[in-house]
Amino acid sequence: MEPTTNNSDIETQINNAIQNNLSGRMTILAALLAVQDDIGYIPQKALEIVAVLNSTTVNDVWGVASFYPNFRFDPPTEHTIEICWGPSCHITGAQDIITTCLNELQLDTEGDTTDGFINFKFNTCLAACAQSPVGSVDHKIVGRLNNEKILNLINQLKKTKK
Amino acid sequence: MQKFIDLKNVASEKYQQISNKPRVRIGTDISGVAAGSIEISNEFAKHISENNLDVTLSHVGGFGLSYAEPLIDVEMTDGSRVFYSNVNINDVKNIVQSHIINGIPLYDIAFAYTGNLTNTNNTPQFYELPENKLQKKILTQNFGEIDPTNIYEYIVKDGYSALAKALFEMEVDEVHKEILDSKLRGRGGAAFPTGVKLGFLKGSNAKEKYILCNCEEGDPGAWNDKAILESDPHRLIEGLILAAIATNASNGVIFIRHGNDIPIERTKEAIKSSYDNGLLGENILGSNFSFDAEVVLVGESYVAGEETALMEAVEGKRAMPRYKPPFPAAFGVWGHPSNINNIKTIANLTSIIAKGSEWFTSIGTETSTGTAILCLSGNINKPGLYEIEMGTTIRTVIEDICGGIPNNKELKLLQTGGPLGGVLNSSKLDTSIDFDSMAKAGAILGSGGIIVADQDVDVIDLTRMLIAFCQFESCGKCFPCRLGNSHLLEILNRICGKTSTEKDIELMRKVGTNMQQGSLCGHGQLGFNPIKSALEYFKEDFDLALDTSIGEPNVSINIPTRANRY
Repeated sequence: MEPTTNNSDIETQINNAIQNNLSGRMTILAALLAVQDDIGYIPQKALEIVAVLNSTTVNDVWGVASFYPNFRFDPPTEHTIEICWGPSCHITGAQDIITTCLNELQLDTEGDTTDGFINFKFNTCLAACAQSPVGSVDHKIVGRLNNEKILNLINQLKKTKK
Repeated sequence: MQKFIDLKNVASEKYQQISNKPRVRIGTDISGVAAGSIEISNEFAKHISENNLDVTLSHVGGFGLSYAEPLIDVEMTDGSRVFYSNVNINDVKNIVQSHIINGIPLYDIAFAYTGNLTNTNNTPQFYELPENKLQKKILTQNFGEIDPTNIYEYIVKDGYSALAKALFEMEVDEVHKEILDSKLRGRGGAAFPTGVKLGFLKGSNAKEKYILCNCEEGDPGAWNDKAILESDPHRLIEGLILAAIATNASNGVIFIRHGNDIPIERTKEAIKSSYDNGLLGENILGSNFSFDAEVVLVGESYVAGEETALMEAVEGKRAMPRYKPPFPAAFGVWGHPSNINNIKTIANLTSIIAKGSEWFTSIGTETSTGTAILCLSGNINKPGLYEIEMGTTIRTVIEDICGGIPNNKELKLLQTGGPLGGVLNSSKLDTSIDFDSMAKAGAILGSGGIIVADQDVDVIDLTRMLIAFCQFESCGKCFPCRLGNSHLLEILNRICGKTSTEKDIELMRKVGTNMQQGSLCGHGQLGFNPIKSALEYFKEDFDLALDTSIGEPNVSINIPTRANRY
């Protein structure tokens, strides 16, 4: 799925993202993270721009981009739900919550819902293990989850759909 | 030295402005936020402004008492403090009305108190609670007490005095010797003596030398590195400058996983205010020592916590380990001599220089000096973050500090030191928590995560989850690790699905040995640990699982797959 904006628009967006959002020195990874944070995904064009900025090849940039699970390569969904599948959460019932989410969102594994509205993602640790099971909705961490709580959150998201 | 005295004066003036009015502290570390402390904070702000109150509302880190969160602490001008735990949004109005406006604490919902208060309705004293009293707080002494974004509060608490001491009263060799004598060992997992490690870098004559501070912290079940960054980041920055003084390093890099927004923001803010106050940059505090520090973010990758993979990630590449030699002290990040330390190690230097190595060696055991910050989670009554003296037993931590296992169940399994650490059973409860005793028991202290599981846990299923994690996080560089972990996961799936035979155990051991011998870094070398320790301590569970005549197959597990990493 290609973005509806035209090419020069996306180029400006990418360049602005890198200029305004770069944390520390310019590296392939830092530039990619800046683009992901700002635009929500890595457009094909960004691979080229980042390659030029780092005096390297698109191949090298793709190597980095495909290595880290932070990145996605098509436009983001409206909302994101992440559930931790780490050991603390596993012991306190994460698998059950993941199954509930997948059923509710009609997914087999992580990915976007068919209407492209919600993205479901596994997270290896959201760093709030003491509040396990833990998840996050649109990057806002929610602890002490149970099936009822997560279904409520999903339904709240669904209600915002126009 | 004059500059530091001036800075201290400015700090105490600024602190006066906070301390002469009532103060509400709210723990907004990741764990607090997960429990809903932001909503509580907003509600407080609303009621404070509605009533035109002159009250300081401080976002502090956490006390580590995660089970009590959202934890609110109301301090009045007489210095008395009353704590309210698990605060509900409806409680806020009453707390503001009764406690702050009328000066009458709500003892019926209070959690604990400190200071001179009477008729407290049997509310316990905060620092007398077993979970506080049994701790030995060195690194965590400011947790929950100070506003991490306010450098002056850290300075008022004697912050940066170790730095002034090292700069103006000690020789470089003395600083290094103090660290050597403290017998401090690396807190990241490998437990290498820190003084010796810093010595490697000190020996290099290069002009540009790097101290890297590792807060990748991918271990599920451990959050103490991030806790330091979100509760007391200046302790780390001070320690980092001290390490630089001891080794004459020029640059510092604090390395944090992307996505941990609260620690990242607070660290960046702390670095900025250190620069603004002349504590970083050219000629620190008017001395002739200069040092720069920066934050570098890394994508989600467990292996990025390995020292050479970390350097690759700092350079913006795929986080894959390098061959050694050359060792980092000779050829590190961007080719400059480098030294990589865990955050807790670096943060310890502050107290070591301030109070001396003799004081430090008096804490802990002969070979493991100091304290350990433990992160307790899983099936336990009081999950949280507790700093204990090395040599405390696991039993003390679980039964006395954490209040045991919920619902009168029995403890079955302990998972320590991250997924690669290994599992223990209840027979190991009297193991002393120090590097050597834990290693002897077949687990590692690692970065301090302890996950507790009760009698209902399915050991094989949990082992499968741990191996799934190792498989997902393998960087793919060495094939024994890349294929080995997938193979182990396949076998464990067979065992869980009741389609396995006795031969599979032998096969797993074979694969494990190959992984250990054929992998470049700890991820592959230790990747078999979860199964090895589970086979040692939970043999009967494996026997039951292999017996196809009993039990139900447990096929389903939802785990992420990684199609395009390799």
